[in-house]
Amino acid sequence: MSSPGPIPRPVPDGDSRPYWEGIARGELRIQRCDACERYVFYPRALCPHCHAEALTWVAASGTATIYSYTVVRQAFGPFAGQVSFVVAVVELAEGVRMLSRLTGVEVGADGGVPSTVAIGAPVRVTFATLEPGAESEEPFALPYFRLA
Amino acid sequence: VAAIVGVAESDLGRTPGKTVLQLQAQAAAAALAEAGMTLADVDALFTAGGWAWSPNLLLAEYLGIRPTYTDGTNIGGCSFEAHVGHALAGIQAGLFDVALIAYGSTQRSDRSRNRGSPAATLADQFERPYGLPTPVGAYALSAARHMHEYGTTREQLAEVAVATRKWASLNEKAFMREPISVADVLASRPIAEPLHLLDCCLVTDGGGAVVLASADRAADTPKAPVWVLGHGECHTHYSIAQMPDLARAEAIEAAGHAAFAMVGLTPADIDVAEVYDSFTITVILSLEALGFCGRGEGGAFVSGQRTAPGGAFPLNTNGGGLSYTHPGMYGIFPLIEATRQLRGEGGERQVADARIALAHGTGGVLSSAATVILGRDQP
Repeated sequence: MSSPGPIPRPVPDGDSRPYWEGIARGELRIQRCDACERYVFYPRALCPHCHAEALTWVAASGTATIYSYTVVRQAFGPFAGQVSFVVAVVELAEGVRMLSRLTGVEVGADGGVPSTVAIGAPVRVTFATLEPGAESEEPFALPYFRLA
Repeated sequence: VAAIVGVAESDLGRTPGKTVLQLQAQAAAAALAEAGMTLADVDALFTAGGWAWSPNLLLAEYLGIRPTYTDGTNIGGCSFEAHVGHALAGIQAGLFDVALIAYGSTQRSDRSRNRGSPAATLADQFERPYGLPTPVGAYALSAARHMHEYGTTREQLAEVAVATRKWASLNEKAFMREPISVADVLASRPIAEPLHLLDCCLVTDGGGAVVLASADRAADTPKAPVWVLGHGECHTHYSIAQMPDLARAEAIEAAGHAAFAMVGLTPADIDVAEVYDSFTITVILSLEALGFCGRGEGGAFVSGQRTAPGGAFPLNTNGGGLSYTHPGMYGIFPLIEATRQLRGEGGERQVADARIALAHGTGGVLSSAATVILGRDQP
């Protein structure tokens, strides 16, 4: 087997730089369309709902519910040693969905999680600092969620 | 109109020392031989893969052909069902007469499935850092949501794997042929809950080829042509968190609806179905989305081994991606098996008097879909 390698590092770009700058400061930012007033995630240059090119950055409330989740029992590369962990799709109060980790959850040896971990359960954003695992790499922040 | 006039697999399973180009050359030669043709007859090339920056350029160079029409559409595992639709359109437009659709992978020998670059760019930057194993973790998220909304159970998911293995036991080319039980599936190694090892497709080497021809060129082929009656395709997302509804495969709904509408048939008209089974949940979502049962009813539909040999709904008669072969992308193989069923070449696994077959592919993380309806009789 090849070496596990570093954790994939997000590469901020012309769409996402304000998002990652917010994450580094402990603020979850999303976009809102000036034309149709719907929220947008992930960041884009145009609204995927109405295609207007008028998006404004706003601070999200940080509250969400679990839309779906999986207890990962076998992972690959740099994540192999982290099992078992919970990955969730969360739906923010603003209506957009994002993939994230559910943190602060005890996963049993049989993969079981407390009954409070459930689809529909309220969660809140928290910010994790990751060490990519290679000496040359700087730490970086990611938004995780924990049970509210 | 257009017809499938030749189909073939390459060596399957473990093919150490073979390249993806060798596998495709082998499958292409065999498929063309079925049609009474050679590579010199090929006008148009369709392929999808990751073996070069331009898979089409390299494959055509290797085969020694100069396609005057080429299509490298890659929308994941269903690319080849999409290619059939594109080739049908090209033949109907008079752009070419003979199309070769080819695929190959040495994924098992390469052990390449989960290699990735350390930098997560574009949409990947919002998903890859979280460590979800893909694609299985994405399908697990869909399965969990389907279970939540509709009460689908792990036992119902397992029914798909058990029935598919029974079909594989009738196919000497299948990689896994030993019978399994629902209990075996439930007890197999957990990967991403609720999906366990036996809910997941195989990782094999292998390739396949399909030859499509115009009615003129199909008129004197050695084997009875199998006619392309309908086609549809759609894709809705790339990232799993962007899927519009995790419990409902809207890309498959659109593809299936278009395919049935093109030919004026309904799901009740299908005699045998070959449906991409990347994971057990994929089959349940596909049966619902294609209209074989209602939304949320897929778990009940597959219960009682309904899709097994002798069951009311013959499904994945080759043993599927779950038990027969799955070299990275599986979409060429539903086309091959549907063609054989309509020719009556199924042997022990032949569905009696199969006249209309459905070959359906799903790609990405339930992202894309393409549906082909094939007929034994000329439309």
